[in-house]
Amino acid sequence: MHTSQASTTPYRLLRLRLWQKGDLWPVAAGAIALLVATPILVVVSSLATPSQEIWAHLWRTYLLELVWNTLVLIAGVGTGVLILGTGLAWVVTMYRFPGRRFFEWLLILPMAMPAYVMGFVFLAIFDYPGPVQSTWRWMFGAKTWFPDIVSPGGVVLVMTLVLYPYVYLLTRTAFSEQSASTVEAARALGLDEVSVFWKVMLPLARPSIAAGLALALMEALADFGTVGIYGYSTFTVAIYRVWFGLFNREAATELASVLLCFTFGLLFLERRMRGRARFSQTEGCVRPVPPRLLVGWRAWAATAICGGVVTTAFLLPVAQLLYWTLSTLGGPASDARYPMFLANTLILAAVTALIAVIAAVVLAYGLRLSRSPIVACCARFAGMGYALPGAVIAVGVLLPLAFVDHSLDDFLRRTFGISSGLLLTGSMAGLVFAYLVRFLAVSSQPLEAGLVKITPSMDMAARSLGTSPGGVLRRIHVPLLRGSLGCAAILVFVDVMKEMPATLLLRPFGYDTLAVRIWQLTSESFWEAAALPALTIVAGGILPVLLLIRRLPPAVMRSRAMQERCDESPLS
Amino acid sequence: MRPQWWRHYSSIVLAVLLGLLLWQPMASLQAAGSAGEVVVYSARIESLIKPMFDAFTEKTGIQVKYFTAGEKELFERLQSEGANTPADVFMTVDVGNLWMAEHAALLQGIKSEVIDKNIPSHLRAKDNEWVGLSVRARPIMYSTERVKPSELSTYEALGDPKWNGKLCFRTSKKVYTQSLVAAMIKSLGEERTEGIVRAWMANQPRIFESDSKLLEAIAAGQCDVGITNTYYLAQLVAKDGKFPVAVFWPNQGDRGVHINISGAGVTKHAKHRDNAIKLIEFLSSTEAQNLVADANYEYPANPTVKASTIIVAWGDFKADTVDLAAAGELQPAAVKLMDRVGYK
Repeated sequence: MHTSQASTTPYRLLRLRLWQKGDLWPVAAGAIALLVATPILVVVSSLATPSQEIWAHLWRTYLLELVWNTLVLIAGVGTGVLILGTGLAWVVTMYRFPGRRFFEWLLILPMAMPAYVMGFVFLAIFDYPGPVQSTWRWMFGAKTWFPDIVSPGGVVLVMTLVLYPYVYLLTRTAFSEQSASTVEAARALGLDEVSVFWKVMLPLARPSIAAGLALALMEALADFGTVGIYGYSTFTVAIYRVWFGLFNREAATELASVLLCFTFGLLFLERRMRGRARFSQTEGCVRPVPPRLLVGWRAWAATAICGGVVTTAFLLPVAQLLYWTLSTLGGPASDARYPMFLANTLILAAVTALIAVIAAVVLAYGLRLSRSPIVACCARFAGMGYALPGAVIAVGVLLPLAFVDHSLDDFLRRTFGISSGLLLTGSMAGLVFAYLVRFLAVSSQPLEAGLVKITPSMDMAARSLGTSPGGVLRRIHVPLLRGSLGCAAILVFVDVMKEMPATLLLRPFGYDTLAVRIWQLTSESFWEAAALPALTIVAGGILPVLLLIRRLPPAVMRSRAMQERCDESPLS
Repeated sequence: MRPQWWRHYSSIVLAVLLGLLLWQPMASLQAAGSAGEVVVYSARIESLIKPMFDAFTEKTGIQVKYFTAGEKELFERLQSEGANTPADVFMTVDVGNLWMAEHAALLQGIKSEVIDKNIPSHLRAKDNEWVGLSVRARPIMYSTERVKPSELSTYEALGDPKWNGKLCFRTSKKVYTQSLVAAMIKSLGEERTEGIVRAWMANQPRIFESDSKLLEAIAAGQCDVGITNTYYLAQLVAKDGKFPVAVFWPNQGDRGVHINISGAGVTKHAKHRDNAIKLIEFLSSTEAQNLVADANYEYPANPTVKASTIIVAWGDFKADTVDLAAAGELQPAAVKLMDRVGYK
């Protein structure tokens, strides 16, 4: 593989060559972006009429604290997920050590744990009345100091543990698609292991790392449950406070718009991190980097590190949830309808994952073809829903849906004297749309990061051989992007399963999911009883991970044809 | 290359998606369409309302369809659905929420002698836009191991420096805390209330996200005294009879213990108005109120019904009879007050 730092010139050429009048791809991309951006626009439009009194109140009281706390959260979680995500991806792709094959996918699983569940579990284990501190006091006396989990450090720890898989998953895909020849060349030129990581692998994976980081941070910004449990005031907490406590939805959406500014800054940084560099594969054959065998203490250290992370971020919380499940069997959580809740959840997640991935493909491809700044701007905007708290998005979705319903209803009543009632509000379509608004970034980030690596000359070759733009997508991009598509689908699937506020507000009548079940139990403080639905969500999250691992063994990102050609090459 | 796979699946996938999307709204419309039923939007969870609804259906033959979600979510949904809402009854907790629904014109007044007879007037809105169905008291809770009841007197007295580092409070994000402070503003005025809450904060209370966690912290020795709703303690005592926390009824010499309600009202655009009234009448009856008392250890709103044995054991108390609706109105003022004194 060659690494070419292409300037923008090929892209200009590309546009001239690839996009002709009448091509609908950029139009379709623009339409999707606009549709998805509507609810976000609804939220932002509140800024036109600022509630000055509330802002003055916030300024006098805790606005600065909010900004500071939010910055601390971003810095802490950002550092945490970068270290854990890239470090683990590096160890798992580059070395062979005991248990590597299991850790490869076990390390993804903490993602399936809703952050608020993890937050609660950690609080139960590590807070004052919990088993750890009780034992500590019993051993060393009641006055002995113990780090307080209810602290900024605690919030950062919990969020890092649930969010690092975003970086891990994308970076691992990026590492595993890198060609052995690059690494071999670097080694032959005298770089040691550490330098290979810093000077070759890391820069090459930069787009994917940046994409994962952006996702993790956006999710951290939107989080309400965890920061709520830990009494840590961020923007989301203030949004809920103003909305629920001061009965002022307008001021709440204004705060949400400010939160969007943070996101915009983040995404800007992400673009900068990706930089001007465009790393494209210029060879058809990509032979994966052969992992090195670790021996002795190094092997066991690798196992211990991966094992440690899996234990704290996954096994420990699952064990606690299992314990609670067993201790509350027969209580309010037991319900014969669990298979139905699970089925509802899985159907919703699968449908949304599919639609979100299709939308992201169209969006990314339309962008690649047209590179129109307007479409690009819409697309950027459409992705911002991920950084907004679910409840705000839900209201942003609800208002336009209700508007369409009422307009149609009025029209039908006036002209035909019949009522259409509510077609979109409280429908499956409305709910899936809300998920799309919230999670489009989740499906498009991995795709865009993947698409950057496909060299424009491949498109041009295909086009000059007479393939239509759709054909290029179908026959070149989609097969090459299978790894990224899989990542995107998993991420959306798992995120939808965990999503609570939008599901609560917009779900069809009588359509309960596991997250709704968790809400029902936790809202009356039956936290232990919520362990069963939480465990079921985790189990549901394992499903797509296993599926992907099965379908796409270690070398995730390769079309079969390329694999075969690699196999024929004398080097392997 | 295998160019076909995308083409193979895409048509099947699209058909399935379209089917799913169209099928669901039809089902939900049908759910709200037929007669002989009543549709409830409830912020109270299924396990607390279902026994009462089942009893109602058994007695009247009217089917109850319910949709549960958070208080504010239901409020937003009800508001945006407008005249097309399928909901006939809106059920929620805390008088602040009920007051808000009434003032957003989401509820309608109803005339019912049954309700007037069953529920005391201070637990209802003027024209029965909302009707209280259960009462929750929010007294002081103390550790039976480290605190003598004689050390306690009023909510105000928790600002005494002797409690420095020994208090546990629920977060001011929770509507229960907001209503407590709002009721104090109503009785004592904003300035005095601010002084009291400031004194509480000077004692550096530990802030909790849930009442049950707060009670467990008192039991474990993290703090000595707190303020929570009684039914959370009842749940813990039901599990463990020796749970080392007890109720202290404060302010018995003056305004009394802060109480709040859960309640319900008929929505403005109810399609099954008569059934909705019948349901609320039933919920206020002795039969349903007995279920209220037993299911969640709350105090029945109907004075002829006895509370569950666990909470009867805590004895009678004088309740604050401040106008609950007024407390709802003062909720934003309470939140701002707590922002000013740094009550998180």
